[in-house]
Amino acid sequence: MTDLSIDLGFMKLKNPVIAASGTFGYGIEFTPFIDLNHLGGFVVKGLYYSPREGNPPPRLVETSSGLINAIGLQGIGVKRFSEEILPRLINYDTSIIINVCGEHEDEYAAVVDLLNQQPGIAAYELNISCPNVKKDGKCPALDPETTYSVVKLVKKSSTRPIITKLSPNVTDIAEIAFSAQEAGTDAVSLVNTFLAMAIDPNTRKPRLANILGGLSGPAIKPIALRMVYQAACRLKIPVIGIGGICTGRDALEFLIAGARAVEIGTANFIDPEATVKIIDELDNFCRERKIGKLETIIGTMK
Amino acid sequence: MKKANQVIITDRKMWKDYVLLSLKSPQIASKALPGQFIMIRITPYSYPLLRRPFSIHAVEGEDIAIFFQKSGIGTNILGMRKKGEILDILGPLGNGFGLKGDFSHKKTVLIGGGRGIAPLFFLANSLADRKAEVRTFYGGKTAHDLPLKEKFEAYGLKVFCSTEDGSIGYKGLITDYFNSEIRQFRPDRIFACGPDAMLKTIADIAAKENIPAELSLESIMGCGIGACWGCVKHLKKDGLTGLFRICQEGPVIPADQIIWAEKHK
Repeated sequence: MTDLSIDLGFMKLKNPVIAASGTFGYGIEFTPFIDLNHLGGFVVKGLYYSPREGNPPPRLVETSSGLINAIGLQGIGVKRFSEEILPRLINYDTSIIINVCGEHEDEYAAVVDLLNQQPGIAAYELNISCPNVKKDGKCPALDPETTYSVVKLVKKSSTRPIITKLSPNVTDIAEIAFSAQEAGTDAVSLVNTFLAMAIDPNTRKPRLANILGGLSGPAIKPIALRMVYQAACRLKIPVIGIGGICTGRDALEFLIAGARAVEIGTANFIDPEATVKIIDELDNFCRERKIGKLETIIGTMK
Repeated sequence: MKKANQVIITDRKMWKDYVLLSLKSPQIASKALPGQFIMIRITPYSYPLLRRPFSIHAVEGEDIAIFFQKSGIGTNILGMRKKGEILDILGPLGNGFGLKGDFSHKKTVLIGGGRGIAPLFFLANSLADRKAEVRTFYGGKTAHDLPLKEKFEAYGLKVFCSTEDGSIGYKGLITDYFNSEIRQFRPDRIFACGPDAMLKTIADIAAKENIPAELSLESIMGCGIGACWGCVKHLKKDGLTGLFRICQEGPVIPADQIIWAEKHK
């Protein structure tokens, strides 16, 4: 039996596999398909203080081995989540992470203030990197100073560990990641989606009503891996790798590059059991190579 | 736990652009309701990436069937998959047509536009089993777009066809044909599936005639299980107006709950 557990310092995970925000609903949606107790953790869909309608459809377009989405963070808001959904989640033996959103700094703090009073939450993932909220794809994670300022403020309000989710749409990911670390984040997760678009040549119309969206899926994996590697080289705090991971071998690439855990996103759409299968594949990989503790593989690129 | 299943393609029929695939799936065959859908993984690889939604066209013993038009990369590749090959499918998903209550001797009209005929064969047979009087209106651009006409007739189902070029049946739109027949046969219930413009016209006719109508909507779906929030459409439900997930609320939606996009007004 392999020891798949991971110690992030501020949080222990039973394994490094976390379902990524925006691809796993509020967790409840997956209970007909998998036992949530098997997961290292899951991040619920991004929550603003108020309910939010999101972007008009069409919101999705598939591209070569990738998916561009412009959902725009449609959601029920933190109050309804706390009252209706969270009580159904907290008895699962897994790390429940809440993705926290805000139109401005005060809203992030307000969401965190409300969640601080709720039981059963392991950490907050600070969403400063969604490309689908502002028309031009702008978000706080594009700038080191704005990143610093939001992280600092939320860290002050929060009674729980903070994971800051970073955008890949930057020149130097390590610089932004470093900024988040200096502001006191407990970990960073990267990458969010790549700002992207697609056009129908017949109609000359954009495929998405929002025109711009975020690209995810296997198409982005090599670039995401490069960014995770660059961030992990620079930081002292844990890096959580995200970007097109569909298999155990994909996850291993990120761990070897220096990620201490991984988030699984688009793969959840293709196979609701993807997370559980990836955990099994990690276990098999270790057993076949007589690796007793998966954690020992982290950052061991030769 | 619900699981995706590896199933074998037991039969394939092809017409110009259209494909009928039969899949051996006792689990889905025993549970499926007319109007529900399955998500199919086109290949085991990462291209095409996402599953595609297909309404269940028929249930025959342990087999289910899907019927589709080759229109994009996903459906073109799926159309190349042969009898004896394995497909990965997830389902049944979504809410089907409302079949509660007594249908015996009730007049029902089913209207299918092009590939939208797919779920109506399963529905027509279920309604016939419930002793309803069933008339199916089946429209397309040309005779090539009505490959299932004979199949309906072989099952003793009445089919009224239209083509835009007049190559078979009524010349014009299927909605015009239906509207011209409504005095002779006024249905108690309408069920339809097809392009949005067709469904919008049917919703208008149903509202004017005060006939309950249920429409199966098409939407680009990322997951089919309520996780991605990609397939939303504007609906009014329980006094609330907003963007609802078609995979969860539908794909079959009562016509009076649908808020149509500007281009269909």
